[in-house]
Amino acid sequence: MVPVSYYFALSAILFTLGALGVLLRRNAIIVFMSIELMLNAANLLFVAFARSFGALNGQIYVFFVIAVAAAEVAVGLALIVAIFRSRQTVNLDDITSMKG
Amino acid sequence: MNGDLLLFFGLALVAVGAAVAMLVSRNAVYSALFLIINFATIAVFFLMLGAPFIAMAQVTVYAGAIMVLFLFVIMLLGAEQIQLPGRGGWQRPLAILLAVALVAETAVVIFGRGEVTQMLQPSASDYGNPQAIGMTLFSDFLLPFEVTSVLLLAAMVGVIVITKEDRKKPE
Repeated sequence: MVPVSYYFALSAILFTLGALGVLLRRNAIIVFMSIELMLNAANLLFVAFARSFGALNGQIYVFFVIAVAAAEVAVGLALIVAIFRSRQTVNLDDITSMKG
Repeated sequence: MNGDLLLFFGLALVAVGAAVAMLVSRNAVYSALFLIINFATIAVFFLMLGAPFIAMAQVTVYAGAIMVLFLFVIMLLGAEQIQLPGRGGWQRPLAILLAVALVAETAVVIFGRGEVTQMLQPSASDYGNPQAIGMTLFSDFLLPFEVTSVLLLAAMVGVIVITKEDRKKPE
């Protein structure tokens, strides 16, 4: 069997890669995908600890995280589409004001 | 090295490789496709950890619905070929420094404490099956479940309002 710490390390690496994507990339859609990567790293850790403690609560939390992520992605992508309509760009360096 | 460890390291290699490829791809469509690979490997990890229901939700909701939405928006906006501008040069070393710090802290937590290095034991046969998940979800977590439904409805209404064409604006 695999130790829990291996899942811990993998989750940390994936979370770090997602944070790097948020900090380095300037394309708003790629930044959103990096946030999804971080949420998935957290989900993996939830399931690993749920298995480690023999409880089901962690899996329920992952279910809620997935549902909230779906709502967040829908609203976020709608915002990106609205911003693209008024600014013709998805570059985060060019989006510095909320005035249309 | 037994089969479980071999499977774990193979899948971890695929997951981390797909995540790195997602970060460095110039084309946003390729980034989305690499992220789908990453989500699929995470779903296999969920299966290994005895969570088949969560694995199926991961495949259908994340790798299916959400990533199709991403691909649709990327192709709708034609935003797949946006190059990095020259600005923001100071962010790159800072971000890499912070990433190294985060990994170092995690390594200290993992190897400095003994209780998280235990091996996963084989669990009970009914652990994590959809019936047990459903019983927990609709007994202990009924209120959060209903709140989630309201949240999804609010998100749907919000999306329609945000993307609606403003018809009152004079052309």
